Amino acid sequence: MFAVMAAPVNDPEHGFCRDCLTLQANEKPRCDRCGSPRLARHPELYRLRLAHIDCDAFYAAIEKRDNPALKDKPLIIGGGKRGVVSTACYIARIKGVRSAMPMFKALEACPEAIVLPPDMEKYARVGREVRGMMQALTPLVEPLSIDEAFLDLSGTERLHGRPPAMVLADFARKVESEIGITVSAGLSYCKFLAKVASDFRKPRGFSVIGEAEATEFLAEQPVTLIWGVGKAFAATLERDGIRMISQLQKLDRAELMRRYGSMGDRLYHLSRGQDERVVSADRDAKSVSAETTFDIDLASPADLVPVLRALSEKVSARLKKAGIAGRTVVLKLKTQDFRIRTRNRQLGDPTRLADRIFQTGLHLLEKEADGTKYRLLGIGVSDLTGVEKADPPDLVDVTARKRALAEGAIDSLREKFGKTAVETGYTFGRGRSANPPELLDRDED
Amino acid sequence: MRVILERSNLLKSLNHVHRVVERRNTIPILSNVLLNASGAILEMKATDLDLEVTEATPANVERAGATTVPAHLLYDIVRKLPEGAEVMLRTDEDGNAMSVISGRSSFRLQCLPQSDFPELSAGSFSHIFRIDSAALKALIDKTQFAISTEETRYYLNGIYFHAIETGGKLKLRSVATDGHRLARAEMEAPAGSEGMPGIIIPRKTVSELQKLVDVPDVAVATELSDTKIRFTIGSVVLTSKLIDGTFPDYQRVIPTGNDKALVIDRQTFAAAVDRVSTISSERGRAVKLSISDGQVTLAVNNPDSGSATEELAADYSSDPIEIGFNARYLLDVAAQLSGGDARFMLADAGSPTLIQDTADENALYVLMPMRV
Repeated sequence: MFAVMAAPVNDPEHGFCRDCLTLQANEKPRCDRCGSPRLARHPELYRLRLAHIDCDAFYAAIEKRDNPALKDKPLIIGGGKRGVVSTACYIARIKGVRSAMPMFKALEACPEAIVLPPDMEKYARVGREVRGMMQALTPLVEPLSIDEAFLDLSGTERLHGRPPAMVLADFARKVESEIGITVSAGLSYCKFLAKVASDFRKPRGFSVIGEAEATEFLAEQPVTLIWGVGKAFAATLERDGIRMISQLQKLDRAELMRRYGSMGDRLYHLSRGQDERVVSADRDAKSVSAETTFDIDLASPADLVPVLRALSEKVSARLKKAGIAGRTVVLKLKTQDFRIRTRNRQLGDPTRLADRIFQTGLHLLEKEADGTKYRLLGIGVSDLTGVEKADPPDLVDVTARKRALAEGAIDSLREKFGKTAVETGYTFGRGRSANPPELLDRDED
Repeated sequence: MRVILERSNLLKSLNHVHRVVERRNTIPILSNVLLNASGAILEMKATDLDLEVTEATPANVERAGATTVPAHLLYDIVRKLPEGAEVMLRTDEDGNAMSVISGRSSFRLQCLPQSDFPELSAGSFSHIFRIDSAALKALIDKTQFAISTEETRYYLNGIYFHAIETGGKLKLRSVATDGHRLARAEMEAPAGSEGMPGIIIPRKTVSELQKLVDVPDVAVATELSDTKIRFTIGSVVLTSKLIDGTFPDYQRVIPTGNDKALVIDRQTFAAAVDRVSTISSERGRAVKLSISDGQVTLAVNNPDSGSATEELAADYSSDPIEIGFNARYLLDVAAQLSGGDARFMLADAGSPTLIQDTADENALYVLMPMRV
């Protein structure tokens, strides 16, 4: 197959230099040309085509890029003193700071850390730039979140004049020089192992897991490496005495399915490095939501309602932008003691109006605003559909049409004069998010 | 308690009563039916705290008493007993279990004390009147399909009943709407209903009532206040809370100035709508009606699977118009019309359309068009 390739390909055991892309002539530990030790070598290096790319400490990396003074300081991106850690830079990670850690714990571990509120708009913009560069490599880009994606590079050898491994190394180099952040790449023959590989030598990593070594490699890994095995399921397996993937490799399929149902089937295949999932570029979102963690716990409707309104507008704006609508409104609350309450309500028709989302959320919130203190509020819509049947005219609710028209007018004013050009009384004077900073999340599972 | 009765009587009453009991209950006693034997009758009662149905049936009471047992379980047992059987219900000495014995079959069910069974206190009623069962059924049948299931607008989750004077006559009207369609039916107001408050009967009560009044020529005793309603149909008594809300001013929704009249054979029309809507993969796709001189063309276009059209002859002489409706809503309305012809009164493609029953001036329907 590679006989037809435009560029000459050397012995994969010799590999190439990830810094200058020079093909190596021998097995020396450093590049023949630039002396870099970052060499890509693997028996299957030029045969593998499935990649997973993950940006390193994405939010923190962007902030450090934009403010070089932060470069050698521990940096945490997250919400206020009471929020959680969204991202910690690698310096802070050395001190034990982890994502999703409550901020007070993070600051206990690393008191000298600099904490910045997330600037989601900026991160989304950079995320789009990175994704644009991925899409220049192959149309088969499946984003998993703002900063990571699967790429299927099959059939691109002729286009790029080099095998996927080199395309990937070149991509990592370009992201560093053109965008100013670093990425880690994993290359394998299936999604599961590509993702495992990209996680292997972060940051600035480049790892390869070949088909021949997969079973042996997996045997030495814990079961939690398998996609879908979380804490609860790991505990189930632990009870059955299973901790390592090697143990799963010894069980036959029928036995695993008998014990763990459909999950057993997944365990059987993934433990043997068998993953048939294809990279699909148009994986649709199943819900659109926005949430925020408060600086201080809130209980009164007077405090919660403005936040609900601001978040509803945010969700609505994203629905309108994506040309979709949702039929079920979901309210999410997290109590002081970290219990999550979700309440949902199905509408008669799909909607994308901030007003509908807000009013429905308000109904749900009224019942929960019983004096309980909350640390987080979120609102979203699921049951996504196209817009054709969204917000039809209504026989009974005569003001609905007027409210929809008013919302359309507000939208176009905002587009022209900025997001704070027009605000409702709910959020006026409170800042657009009514309670910055916030964490936005487009839930795709 | 020790009582013997015919399976058929027990089954018939349980059939009426057990439907009230929700399949899943967080309060255990609500899964149970209350059995109360005294004199020569066995009384059965079930409730979901919003709706209560009681029925009495003749029985040979050997020892009076009361208890509660799981309603669906008892119903399923009695249903499976052979026809013509006699059934004995007997509680243990300590009252913790009840035996159901019939022929060689014997069941023991766990009981909960009857004292725990909640009573739906009815309070006093302000209006009492009688309605013919068939007339009441018609008021329900013609409007029930339009009840909204949208929880946010809870005040639309039922049928609105009210007395209204129109054309010098007092009428009892039923109205239901979900914002897309509206159905209105009326009958001459029965004596005693004058001045009754407008009430909203919840959907579940409506559907139970609909089954109970499916008997000809029974005068249904109706008692109501602004929070409760009670219907007595023979030996069955249904008591229900009413929806605490304000029904919207529906009169405003009924168009009066629509001047384009389309008259079409109801059955032919319904069959054609049903045929062309086959092509739509999802429920609620629009059927486009292109109406011109003496003719209607129905069209459905589904980008995923194809398209369908059908032409029908109709009585129409106004300016040509194109208008879209939800196919299912058209079929729902067509199913309620009794005359040979349906009359559509149209204005334009964006305004509510009035549909009348050419054989029954007591009913009318309003449909909101869809964008096509």
